Amino acid sequence: MKLKGWKELTPGAVITEAGSALKFKTGSWRAFRPKWIPENCIQCMFCWIYCPDMAIKVKDGKRAEFDYDYCKGCGICALECPGKKGNKAIVMEEEGK
Amino acid sequence: MGQKIVAVTGNEAVANALRQVNPDVSAAYPITPATDIMQRFTSFVSNGLVKTEMILVESEHSAMSACIGASAAGGRVMTATASQGLALMWELLFIASGSRLPIVMALVNRALSAPLNIHGDHSDGMGARDCGWIQLWSENAQEAYDNTIQAFRIAEHMDIRLPVMTCMDGFIISHSIERIEYLDDYAVKNFVGEYKQLNPLLDIEHPVSYGPLILPDYYMEFRRAHAEVMSKVPGVVLDVAKDFEKISGRKYGLFETYRLDDAEVGLVILNSAAGTSKDVIDEFRNRGIKAGLLKPRLYRPFPYEEVGEALKHLKAVCVLDRADAFGASYGPLFMDIASSIYHYKNKPILINKIYGLGGRDYLPEHAELVLNELAEIAKTGKVKTFKEYIGVRE
Repeated sequence: MKLKGWKELTPGAVITEAGSALKFKTGSWRAFRPKWIPENCIQCMFCWIYCPDMAIKVKDGKRAEFDYDYCKGCGICALECPGKKGNKAIVMEEEGK
Repeated sequence: MGQKIVAVTGNEAVANALRQVNPDVSAAYPITPATDIMQRFTSFVSNGLVKTEMILVESEHSAMSACIGASAAGGRVMTATASQGLALMWELLFIASGSRLPIVMALVNRALSAPLNIHGDHSDGMGARDCGWIQLWSENAQEAYDNTIQAFRIAEHMDIRLPVMTCMDGFIISHSIERIEYLDDYAVKNFVGEYKQLNPLLDIEHPVSYGPLILPDYYMEFRRAHAEVMSKVPGVVLDVAKDFEKISGRKYGLFETYRLDDAEVGLVILNSAAGTSKDVIDEFRNRGIKAGLLKPRLYRPFPYEEVGEALKHLKAVCVLDRADAFGASYGPLFMDIASSIYHYKNKPILINKIYGLGGRDYLPEHAELVLNELAEIAKTGKVKTFKEYIGVRE
């Protein structure tokens, strides 16, 4: 995205476009990456409810992959995940490893 | 041009100007010596003389926060404060100016604690001089009244959209009765006109967000844009003054000069003490000493070029500061005047006196003392002390 010069800005940094947060891909902040293990997932949707962003995608009413453009790697989904018989369906892995 | 001559205090005059403007929202917290403005204004609200939504809050921090919210929502907003109240508003002052919200605030200049003091000096306004607001300073009740009315037009101008502080000296002006001329209500109403909104939060057809996080990739561009707006302020201030002269007959500029054109020595001084100084300048003129005075009105943004042009021909100038800038060598007004004449090859010798702190009287004899010293400097070119306190016991 080409950055705007100072003459092109809205006075007072007011944002006049709804939903513009979509353009700000906060996934680059992530230090730990959640990994989904589908065989341990019971489709409880806890991760979808708890995610403070909108980084859990849902497809046909079922939990789908992470949206890594917006996942900051906070780890709340992994903490809340009940898993199946003690095996977590979400685990956090260090980025770049 | 119907005008009514009245005998009122500075606070009463400002409160009356605010009644005539009839803003949409006001949020305020009482503090001496500004309490009287809002006390009078809240009676106007209670008596149905204005339609203003009056929000009584628990602190000045909340007062300015509420003003910011109301202004972002799309209303014409004003408040008043002084001293510690302004200090408590500190972080919000930057939010109001950075968000480009045209709030008008009457500042009744008062010393800062500690030691606790409720009387007039400029420490409060000087502390807030670089917070991105426009500052208009007023010598007397008439100027405070006139500046208050003009402040709305300047703040709300579509090229500006910045908050304005109108300053007058605590007690010396705020609580002293003077003869002043009030404009007719309808004249003020027409002059300020209907409030024009810019990106109001309450326009639900066009949703907007105020106060986003701006990281290093954009912060500097917003500051640069703010600096650009500041550079447009003097032109707007002069245009508004021209319109104001049409309805009032009273002329305003970026600053006032008094017998300065052919002067050899001069004083630069803000607010009420300028009046005292003018009398003494007349006496010196009668004695054949070419003395003059410059009184800044638009103090932020400071009109450096115009002030420099007005002062450059003098031989010696004393800048009198009613506030000290601890550790900065000189008082705040001195530093601006020094910057104004800095680039001239031939320029006056500048000295700085700190006077009148915490409401200490500024007397004609103080002006005399300074003018005598300037006459001596002009003659000999020798300066004993570049900066000192006057009217202080050793």
